[in-house]
Amino acid sequence: MAGHATDKIVVRNLNAWYGDFQALKNINLSIKKNTITAILGPSGCGKSTFIRCLNRLHELRSDAKIEGEILLDGKSVFNMDPVEVRRKIGMVFQRPNPFPTMSIYDNVAIGLKLNGVRDKKALDRVVEDSLKKAALWDEVKDKLNMPGTSLSGGQQQRLCIARAIATNPEVILFDEPTSALDPISAVKIEDLLVDLKGNYTVVIVTHNIQQAGRVSDYVAFFWMGELVEFGKTAEVFENPKEELTEAYLTGRIG
Amino acid sequence: MAARRLKDNALTIYSILSLVVIAIPLLHIIATTLINGAQSLTPEFFTSLPKPPGEEGGGVANAIQGTAILVALTMLISVPAALLTAIYLSEFPESRLRDLIRLLNDTFMGTPSIVAGVFAYTLLVTKFGFSALAGAFALSVLAVPMMVKTMEEALKLVPTDIREAGLSLGIRHWRVVTSIVLRTAMPAIASGVLLTVARISGETAPLLFTAFGNPNFATGILEPVSALPLMIYVYAISPYPDWHRKAWGASLVLMIAVLTINLITKYKLRRR
Amino acid sequence: MKRARGDRVFWLLAFFSSLSVIVMFTLLFYELLSNSVPIWKDGMSFITGMVWDPLKGLFGAFPFIYGTLLTATFAILLSTFLGVGIAIFLSEIAPSSLRVIISSIIELIAAIPSVIIGLWGIFVLAPFVRDNLQPLLQHLSFIPLFSGKTLSGLSMLTAILVLTFMVTPIVAAIAREALLMVPEDLKEALYSLGATRYEVVRHVCIPYARQGIFGGVILGYGRALGETMAVTMVIGNTPSISASILNPGYTMAAVIANEFTEATGDVYLSALIGIALLLLLISLAVNLVGRMIVWKWQQEG
Ligand SMILES: Nc1ncnc2c1ncn2[C@@H]1O[C@H](COP(=O)(O)OP(=O)(O)OP(=O)(O)O)[C@@H](O)[C@H]1O
Ligand SMILES: [Mg+2]
Repeated sequence: MAGHATDKIVVRNLNAWYGDFQALKNINLSIKKNTITAILGPSGCGKSTFIRCLNRLHELRSDAKIEGEILLDGKSVFNMDPVEVRRKIGMVFQRPNPFPTMSIYDNVAIGLKLNGVRDKKALDRVVEDSLKKAALWDEVKDKLNMPGTSLSGGQQQRLCIARAIATNPEVILFDEPTSALDPISAVKIEDLLVDLKGNYTVVIVTHNIQQAGRVSDYVAFFWMGELVEFGKTAEVFENPKEELTEAYLTGRIG
Repeated sequence: MAARRLKDNALTIYSILSLVVIAIPLLHIIATTLINGAQSLTPEFFTSLPKPPGEEGGGVANAIQGTAILVALTMLISVPAALLTAIYLSEFPESRLRDLIRLLNDTFMGTPSIVAGVFAYTLLVTKFGFSALAGAFALSVLAVPMMVKTMEEALKLVPTDIREAGLSLGIRHWRVVTSIVLRTAMPAIASGVLLTVARISGETAPLLFTAFGNPNFATGILEPVSALPLMIYVYAISPYPDWHRKAWGASLVLMIAVLTINLITKYKLRRR
Repeated sequence: MKRARGDRVFWLLAFFSSLSVIVMFTLLFYELLSNSVPIWKDGMSFITGMVWDPLKGLFGAFPFIYGTLLTATFAILLSTFLGVGIAIFLSEIAPSSLRVIISSIIELIAAIPSVIIGLWGIFVLAPFVRDNLQPLLQHLSFIPLFSGKTLSGLSMLTAILVLTFMVTPIVAAIAREALLMVPEDLKEALYSLGATRYEVVRHVCIPYARQGIFGGVILGYGRALGETMAVTMVIGNTPSISASILNPGYTMAAVIANEFTEATGDVYLSALIGIALLLLLISLAVNLVGRMIVWKWQQEG
């Protein structure tokens, strides 16, 4: 049943609801290890819902329901402790959301601290490492005790990336990570995504077709809760099989 | 046009007069308390026990101690209860039970304070006698619903994606709530607690037949205790001019305490 | 689904704490009811009884119900009139530099403990009522409302005034918040048609904010009904039913405060606890009715 050896996440017949409203309809796709998969589609088509199913955030909404299978490394996430799932699948949100009462250092260290890591040296190392991977170290290394919210929007988003990296996940989900940022910060985050690919499997939701083209290896196109097309980015962009996809890529819909 | 302008002016006059009509007595209350109260504020007033009725001198040290005991005990009972209830209301999934609890809590907020006193009397005093504990219980009946309300509002102000960010780091729910959500909501929660302290420390009616009053220092929470508002009431309706002066002095102390707490919450904790 | 122990303990703690709200609520009614059983033996006659004379064993609660409703109702009418005026001043008329200061002062004043207001009521307001207001109102003594008098100034009028001073800041603060929620562009739309400030307040602000204002009035009414100390200290504590607010009266909260510790005998005590139950029910009913009206408006709007 488990797909190819390189499949990090396999989604089968996934359906999701908010109350009576079905937000995802029968989604099937596999996400390959160490690749970037972009989720594209017009507003309200279910992109956020989809990635929030992957780390089991969706089911926290009081009227949410979910059906189908999601396999992480061949094991169903629904048979795992959700906390375990989320430790393996980290997430970065649309709007930068550093914990407002915490310093830069604590924002990065909190995931480990609350999971029982006490060793100060180990924490220091992870904080430095994560901030370096998030390309933020040089900008903040002298003010680690300042509040995380004192940074600029782009810096805050990289802080959130560092925070997600610090717990050493295997997959990182990005929900429109650049849509609240200025173009220069956005480019920095895009570069960062490509660097991350070496160590992590990345899924990114975006509205920005050019961005998907620049960073992703695979692209999934959603439309009104359905997966319309999924494939290698270059192929889908050059000759989309579905008319809807083409219409979206050429800007005729969405 | 003249009629319209007339109405417009009438509105202005009505609104200004309303303010004046209310401001004069209220400012008069503050001024009278300041002037009459200041005369009785001697060191002895704060440090000694009351003299027997009719005798001059003495102080209100027992009432100050009593108010401190009652407020501390009330907070000890009601802060944990209110905080956990507020967490249940805001951090766990919606359910019928939750709606019911919220409704009952809101209803509880309309409980007249004297009724809280009667409740504590029938429940505790009839079995254990007058005590600080019974007084604190009566005060808690008033304090818990207020704090549940402000704490739930404070928790609701924490953005959802802060919680989700915590969970997506693989942190356990209880840890997300205690270390991240509560910390974020802390200033608002603290201001709610402090405002309740201010409210509670001025309450008299729930103490009349629970804490009851005590001319000496209390030595335990199962004994009757005095309290500043209780003492003000008893002294105010007494026939002794010296006690009337003491009532003003105690009023000044209480007013300064209550207003200071209010000012602190307004200017330190609300501004973020 | 697996749940870690920490999460389960946490849930249990929160769950049982909030259950205690239900337990307390039930217990409150149970205690008041079971301890007032003797007085309900004669059913409604406790509520409608006009005479309260414990020495003769007569326990009629009506004088207190009358006094409570009369003083609270007059007070809330005055408070609504004045509180809305203040709110309009603070949201529409006052220069913006004054608005914050005055409204903070009003909020502060609302926090003064009622026993202090009662103290002031005894020594300042009651003599003022006796020496100034009472002679003035006696010119109107052909109206039953103003037909009596007291030697002390301790009267229902004094209680009404004290309640008004206490409740108006509450009404004003909530009404002000409601008025501040009125969208600026709605007001500007009417102003741009050449409307006066009165017309904007009358046709835009008040209709838009009525729900919030009404909520404040209900809250204030509940406060006035249940207020104990300030009223006990100035109302004169006489269980009679008088049409004149210049006469002394008595309220439900006041009789409990005054007589509870002296109540000898089961029936006497149960009568006072019965009054507490009635007071609770009246307060809750006011609360509920107010809620329902607001709810109905929300359905309509
Ligand atoms: N909490 C909710 N309750 C009910 N419906 C919801 C909820 N959240 C989302 N929806 C609905 O589910 C559908 C999918 O929402 P989702 O947030 O996944 O869209 P999206 O593709 O991420 O959109 P966007 O690009 O605007 O972020 C939408 O039609 C939305 O209205
Ligand atoms: Mg989205």
